[in-house]
Amino acid sequence: MAITKAAPTGADSHEPVRGAPQPEEPTKVGQDNGSQDHGKQDSKSPLVLTMLLLLLVLLQGPIRGALSAPVMQSWMTVFVAVLVQALPFLVLGVLLSAAIAVFVPASFFARALPKRPVLAVPVAGLAGAVLPGCECASVPVAGALVRRGVTPAAALAFLLSAPAINPIVLTATAVAFPRNPEMVLARFVGSLLVACVMGWLWQRLGRTDWLRPPERPHYEGQSKGAAFWGSVRHDVMHAGGFLVIGAMAAATLKAVAPASWLRTAAENPLVAILALAILAVLLSICSEADAFVAASLTQFSLTAKLAFLVVGPMIDLKLFAMQAGTFGRGFALRFAPATFALAIAGAVLTGAVLL
Amino acid sequence: MNRQAQAAVLFLTGAALLHAGFTNLYLRYVKAGLQPLLLLSGGVLIAAALATVWYEWRGRRENRGDGHGHDHGDGHVHREPRVSWLLVLPLLALILVAPPALGSYSAMRTGTALQQPYGYNRLPASGPLDLTVVDYASRAVYDHGRSIDGRQIKVTGFVALDRSGSPYLVRMALNCCAADAQPVKIALTGTIPPVLQPDKWLQVSGTYTAKQTKDPVNNGPIPYFRVTAATPVPTPKDPYDESWNN
Repeated sequence: MAITKAAPTGADSHEPVRGAPQPEEPTKVGQDNGSQDHGKQDSKSPLVLTMLLLLLVLLQGPIRGALSAPVMQSWMTVFVAVLVQALPFLVLGVLLSAAIAVFVPASFFARALPKRPVLAVPVAGLAGAVLPGCECASVPVAGALVRRGVTPAAALAFLLSAPAINPIVLTATAVAFPRNPEMVLARFVGSLLVACVMGWLWQRLGRTDWLRPPERPHYEGQSKGAAFWGSVRHDVMHAGGFLVIGAMAAATLKAVAPASWLRTAAENPLVAILALAILAVLLSICSEADAFVAASLTQFSLTAKLAFLVVGPMIDLKLFAMQAGTFGRGFALRFAPATFALAIAGAVLTGAVLL
Repeated sequence: MNRQAQAAVLFLTGAALLHAGFTNLYLRYVKAGLQPLLLLSGGVLIAAALATVWYEWRGRRENRGDGHGHDHGDGHVHREPRVSWLLVLPLLALILVAPPALGSYSAMRTGTALQQPYGYNRLPASGPLDLTVVDYASRAVYDHGRSIDGRQIKVTGFVALDRSGSPYLVRMALNCCAADAQPVKIALTGTIPPVLQPDKWLQVSGTYTAKQTKDPVNNGPIPYFRVTAATPVPTPKDPYDESWNN
């Protein structure tokens, strides 16, 4: 992947944005735009795209036949549904992230957030409450914050808390649990707690070279419009591709995995918590809808349901794919298991106190 | 993927979202309330595609005009990774296949999601009742049929057959998108049509019966319905029950 660009013209267009973490190895700089050897192939991509579309239109009949099996239909429906549902929120997040990258000066965040990272983490975590959307919106926004020089620990706290504690999600939780209003409070407290602990943990243990500096052209020297739309295009193409991977995984689980094993898992209280935490990761449901699914898992304890609600918005297959795309695979491989473990611990702790 | 191809994918994705949002196609996949956001995001994607083409064209012209001062707009920089190609898949699925709303296959794999409602709407005092699957099932199970006993009732849903071939009338209830859709089931008894096709929509008329069974998947309650007549009906505009969203 990491091959230095030979073309001298590319060199100055890849300076990382001011204030963003500097890459340790300069070789990573040219990562995004491909190397010389597949440059040739890439120039043919419109042709490839046209051929692909033509071929598929011509083969419509046989393809439809193969796809008419009930498993395939159900898979496709869930696949399309996850994407149709997530794309508007992704676009919202991408617009916001482009606006942050182009119109908000880096100095704004330096003034808005406390200087000491220890304090910046909870402030950023609480700020997550104002992003009205689900997890698809928070990944590009967190990426833009890092590029804008916000300390990664604070940006990560925001990334984890935003999809779980915003008013839309909390209202949905209240509607889904009419008999247990304490569930709303537990979700808010548990999610914020885990987000802050993860931020502080990153502050203590995290290393900058785990976090791939988000590569993208710098926008100085371009008009604001060009920079804004360039950022929108880049983020949609990038995060969108990873969203597709996540949607495929979620659709496979929904269409293929048997639902009856859940009944066995519900019998043991500890297994139940773990089972719902894993289910939250696999199902990758939008955080605005997960409360309703949790409410329907009637065999499970409230704490197990809380684990489902705390884990889901922080880490699931779709999010993992998107985080790997935005912050790098090395980051996602370390960050995801830590988030998963801490989210379960946080949910159990909050559940023990509040539920 | 170079800029032209990216612009094409963005444009087609935006157009597919607009198409789904302006027709009733989107109701197969997501809740009705998402329509404005869907149309808005379709518009933004198309705008991003047009902006890409515009800046690409202007960049080229500038490059030709003033020698080679700027490197932006030159198609060889800022290429997106190969994962972007995956965006073609949902496009094809939505444009070429447009898969149907979830039906009997998913319904029989998932346990009934019937839950005790906050309360019941008042029913007309006389005449036949037109109830949804969810409404009938919750009145039958949690109200013990008090408000519907002895009345003529009509219910609409799609047919699903379990392994032994017993028929159910099902409606999927949805909160956000089809990934979280869950079935609510009614078991049918009485004069059932001899041939029942799974996934075909039926309007059954008949009466309440106190008989109940358990869903083998999650032990949830499934009430019975005594059928006197059944007529095939077209798939409703919104195939899902969205009453839980209000």
